[in-house]
Amino acid sequence: MKLGKQSWRFSNAVYLASTGTTAGPLEKQGPIGTEIDKTYDKLHCGEKNWEAAERTLMREAVDICLKNVNKKPEDVDFFMAGDLLNQVVTANSIAKEHQIPHLGMFGACSTSMQTLALAAQFVDSGFADSVLTAVSSHNATAERQFRYPTEYGGPRPKTATFTVTGAGASLVSKKESPIRITEATVGRVIDWGIKDVNDMGSAMAPAAADTITHHLEDTGREPSDYDMILTGDLSSVGSPILREIMWDRGIDINGVHQDCGLMIYSPNQPVFAGGSGAACSAVVTYSYVANQLKRGKLKRVLVVATGCLHNPIIIQQKESIPCIAHAVVLESIGGE
Amino acid sequence: MGSINDPKQYKKNIKAFHPKTNYFVSCLKAFIVGGFICLIGECIEKFYLAFTDFNQNTVGNPTVATLILISSLLTGFGVYDKFGQFAGAGTLVPVTGFANSITSAALEHKSEGVVLGIATNLFKLAGAVIVFGVVSAAVFGIIRLTINNLLG
Repeated sequence: MKLGKQSWRFSNAVYLASTGTTAGPLEKQGPIGTEIDKTYDKLHCGEKNWEAAERTLMREAVDICLKNVNKKPEDVDFFMAGDLLNQVVTANSIAKEHQIPHLGMFGACSTSMQTLALAAQFVDSGFADSVLTAVSSHNATAERQFRYPTEYGGPRPKTATFTVTGAGASLVSKKESPIRITEATVGRVIDWGIKDVNDMGSAMAPAAADTITHHLEDTGREPSDYDMILTGDLSSVGSPILREIMWDRGIDINGVHQDCGLMIYSPNQPVFAGGSGAACSAVVTYSYVANQLKRGKLKRVLVVATGCLHNPIIIQQKESIPCIAHAVVLESIGGE
Repeated sequence: MGSINDPKQYKKNIKAFHPKTNYFVSCLKAFIVGGFICLIGECIEKFYLAFTDFNQNTVGNPTVATLILISSLLTGFGVYDKFGQFAGAGTLVPVTGFANSITSAALEHKSEGVVLGIATNLFKLAGAVIVFGVVSAAVFGIIRLTINNLLG
């Protein structure tokens, strides 16, 4: 049911029944590398091109997610998936292989929580018994789609983020499991005039702030009601900006805020300001955070996936970057 | 400084959060690496002059060709972009940077086929350099011709 202005509370019990995560070599070497279900030592993931590699990442994540609960694709009612490529082609290809009724979604790097929120809403309203979600991104395909690869010879500024190679899948269902999905907040598109695609952390911080502010208003909660407020990919530049914006609004999130883009890599890895990409929030949430929730080490987490909704043409036309953030609350039902 | 919550002033107010680029160090790196590439070029030139029939007027072409070959190989082995991130303009400006831009575009688009992939995208980055090179050459050529004629 609707809560406040832009949030939902899932009054029927909706659970995160299973997750599956895959990632590439740099993520494997990162701090949460061992928590990821399957990692590859090569960016190509044994495929002949980057796009095929990204499909393999999503396919494997989906397979692992289903296998964890002994389900087959035909046991699932709907598939909601997205990625960063034109026409969300990776998601569409996996949907073709699995033949689950499919809704392709694009929210850039916020797609992970966009799909999770809607999946929970489908299950809560009784429109589905179980919904499978998946998102993916690949460093090489995203560079080609959105940016100017360093391979072309130009150096990248320190504010730039590094697209995570990986995929995350989740199964949302009515069946009782250790993690419950309790609320979600749908974000507004916020644009405070940043035009630099090598500074997406600064561009997305106001969107994250907007969603968190409204989420707290709608639910009547304080930041301290959460063990962790986890943003998707604000990086080392956007994270302090978000905390400053929130502080200025009289909301102190300093103690509970973490960023997936900073958790997936170590500071000594060559990733500039930190990780980004649709897989960034998905891989961290569905591996490390989900495991912590399952064990009861974390009780309540607000995952705020942030996304830059630009395309390369409007950036070349000197338009600024429209940004969005979607939030989902995950709660531990008490630990194993 | 106003409130960070003012969207109009946001871009200005967040400057303090951005890591600073040290332009002096960047210039120094570019100078040293760029200079080193030129030094290699000089060595290759001396080599051709000593061991082949090329003379001072003709030795430029084989030297440039050799540099292009080396940098294209380094691009293929995935090394040149590492230099590029370190040296910036030092590896971008010399002929090796131009070679890298063509080779990397070719590699990037290999999966889309020889004609629509490689051939179409080969000059994706280098195209702009060629266009401005040719146009500026024509403009300066005309200026030079005019001045020469005026001076008699």
